[in-house]
Amino acid sequence: MIKIKIVVCIKQVPATTEIKIDPKTNTLIREGIENIINPFDCYAIEEAVRIKERLGDPDIEVIAITMGPSQAIEILKEAISVGVDKAVLLSDKAFAGADTWATATTLARAINKIGDCSLVLLGKQTLDGDTGQVGPELAQKMGIPFVGYVSNILEMDQNKMKVKRLMEDRYETFEINLPSAISVIKDINVPRVPSLRGKLKAKNAEIPVWGAEMLGLDVNEVGLLGSYTQVVKIFTPQIKHETTLIEGTPDEKVEHLYRILKESHVV
Amino acid sequence: MEIKINRETCTGCSLCKKVCLYNAIEIVNGKVVINESCTFCGACIEACKFNSIEIAGLSEDKKDFSDYGGVCVYLEANGSVIADVGFELISKGRELADRLGAELSAVAVGNSIKNEAVEGFRYGLDKLYLIDNPVFSNNLDDIFAMALAQVIKKYKPEIFLAGATAFGRTLIPAVAAMLKTGLTADCTGLEIDDEKKILLQTRPTFGGNILATIVTRNARPQMATVRPHVMEKRIISEIPPDYEDKIEYIRIDGSGFKTRYKLVSMDSKLNEKINITDYNIIVSGGRGLGEGNKFSILRELADLLGGVVGASRAAVDSGWISYPHQVGQTGKTVNPRIYIACGISGAIQHLAGMQTSDIIIAINKDPDAPIFKVANYGIVGDLFEIIPKLIKRIKNGKLMV
Repeated sequence: MIKIKIVVCIKQVPATTEIKIDPKTNTLIREGIENIINPFDCYAIEEAVRIKERLGDPDIEVIAITMGPSQAIEILKEAISVGVDKAVLLSDKAFAGADTWATATTLARAINKIGDCSLVLLGKQTLDGDTGQVGPELAQKMGIPFVGYVSNILEMDQNKMKVKRLMEDRYETFEINLPSAISVIKDINVPRVPSLRGKLKAKNAEIPVWGAEMLGLDVNEVGLLGSYTQVVKIFTPQIKHETTLIEGTPDEKVEHLYRILKESHVV
Repeated sequence: MEIKINRETCTGCSLCKKVCLYNAIEIVNGKVVINESCTFCGACIEACKFNSIEIAGLSEDKKDFSDYGGVCVYLEANGSVIADVGFELISKGRELADRLGAELSAVAVGNSIKNEAVEGFRYGLDKLYLIDNPVFSNNLDDIFAMALAQVIKKYKPEIFLAGATAFGRTLIPAVAAMLKTGLTADCTGLEIDDEKKILLQTRPTFGGNILATIVTRNARPQMATVRPHVMEKRIISEIPPDYEDKIEYIRIDGSGFKTRYKLVSMDSKLNEKINITDYNIIVSGGRGLGEGNKFSILRELADLLGGVVGASRAAVDSGWISYPHQVGQTGKTVNPRIYIACGISGAIQHLAGMQTSDIIIAINKDPDAPIFKVANYGIVGDLFEIIPKLIKRIKNGKLMV
C-alpha cells in the first residue's frame, strides 16, 4: 500500500480584512493589524483533512508548510489544531522579499525534500499579494499538472483525482493523474473550528524549521535576490469621494435615478 | 542584501512604522529598527521624508537583452471566440509599442479562431502568430503553456501581456515558469519608463487597498496579466487588405502536444448568468435585502437594464445567492459601466471588488454606510420602495418611446 502524502502550502498575512478607512482623512488605518492565516488557505487545509477522512486511511499524512518569519509558526499550529498531522516552517533571512517565482522555488524544494507527495493543495490566492501565481509556478517547477479555482474534488484515489474548476462562465471537470497540485476556492467546503484535542496537539507539536541551506538552495535563488520582479513603488489609490446625494421624495429620487440611467444610455 | 537605515538622518518620526503592514518596524532609542518580518515591499522607503531607508545590495540589471524586442499580446479564446480582453490589450500594447518604437504582435492559440483573431488588426496589430489546430479545442493549461512558450522563445518579445482571466491566471504563470522570467499578476496600469525603456507594471494589492508598481529584473520578457475591462479597446483602422502577409501560421504537430488533463465535462449551459465580470451593468444586493428570495427584484432590474446580479459576501454567506455572484476581495473584481449597490453597507473588502466601476449608485437606509464614500450617486432610502418604482419607471419609459 502506497502511503498518500498531501502537502498544504499556507501563508501568514496581515488581516487586511481588518483594515478600515479613517473617515476624517480618507486614508487607510494600517497600524495594529494582526497577522492571520490567509483565509483562502483555510479551505485548502480543510479539504486536505477531509480527503484523509474520506479515504479513511490512517496512513495518509497531511503536512502543512509555510514560508515566513519565525512567528509564522502560529499558523502552522493553527493548521495542526484542525487536523493537519505535521508542519514545517521554511524560515530564513534570505527568504525575505521573495516574489512568486522565488516563493515557488522555495516551496517546491521543500515539497521535494518531504518526498513522495501525491497532492499539493493551496488557496486560490493570498490576501496580501492577491496573485494566485505561486501554485501554477510551483507545479510547473515540479513538473506536475495544476488545476486552479477548484470548487469540488469529486473523486480521488492513490493514482488519480477528478476535480471541478470554476471559470468565469462555466465549470470544467477534469481527471488528472497524481501527483498534482490544485488551488481551491471558498465554495469547496466550510472549514471546521479547532477541537480541544486539536489545540492540545498543536500546543505540543514540534515544528522543524528549514532554512536555505537545509533545502540546498543558494541565497541567490531565494528571497528578493532570487526574484525576477521587484516592487519599485507603493502608493495608496485615490478613494473617490464626490458623491452626489439624491434627495427628495421617493418618486423624485426615482425620477433622478432614471435620468442618470437614461444619460448613460442604458434605458 | 539588506534594508538599511541611515542613522544620521533618521529622526525616529515613525512615518514608516505607520505604513508598514507587516509590523516589521520598531523605534528603538529614537531610531528605526527593521525586524525579520520585513518583506522588502518598499512601503517605508516611499513614506520616509528624509530618504533614510534604502534596500542595499541588490544588483542592477546587467544582462544584455538586446535580442528581445517588441510587444506581444496573448489572444485568449474560448472555443472559437476571442475574449475581449485580448483586444483591450492590443490597444494598450499599441500604445506601449509606439513608446518603444517597436512592433506589436499577438499570438492566438485555438481551433478555428482565424476569423476572430484577424479582428486584432482593427486595433493596431502589426503581426499575428496563429496556432490553429484541433488539439487546442479546449483550454487545457499544459499544452497551451507549451505552445505559448515556444512562440515566445522563438520571437523573443520584450513585453508579453495576457488577460487576467481565470484561465490566464493559471496558464501564464506556467509559461513564465517555463521561460524562467518574472510575471506580475492582475495589472491595472502599464507604462513605459522612457529613460530605462522598461515596463512599469502597476497592480492593486492588499485587496485593492494599495497599489504597487513592479518591474521585471534580470529576465525577459517582462510578463504581466492584465485585469479585463480596465484597458480601453479602440478600433483605429480597417483590417488591411494585405492582412494575410501579416499572419505567421505556426504549424504544429498535434501529436507533440500531449495533455495531462482529461476534460470529463463542461458545464457551460448554466441557467444563471454567472460571468458577472462580462456585464456592463451590475445590480448588487447585500444584507439589506433581508432574505434570499428578495433577489428577484434585483434580478428583474438587472434584466431590464441588460445586466446581471451581483452580491456582497454577506448575501452569499447567508445562502441567498451562489458564490460566482460574489463581488469583493474573496469574490470577483468587477468594473462595469454602472454598479448599483442595494442594501450593501460597503465593507472595504466589497469596495475592493467594485470601486473601479465607472458609475456607482448606492441605495441604502443608513446614511453613514461606507458605500456612500465610493458612490457617485447616493440614495438614502428603502430599496424595497425605490427599486420597484424604478422598474416601473423604466417600463413606462420604454412604453413612451
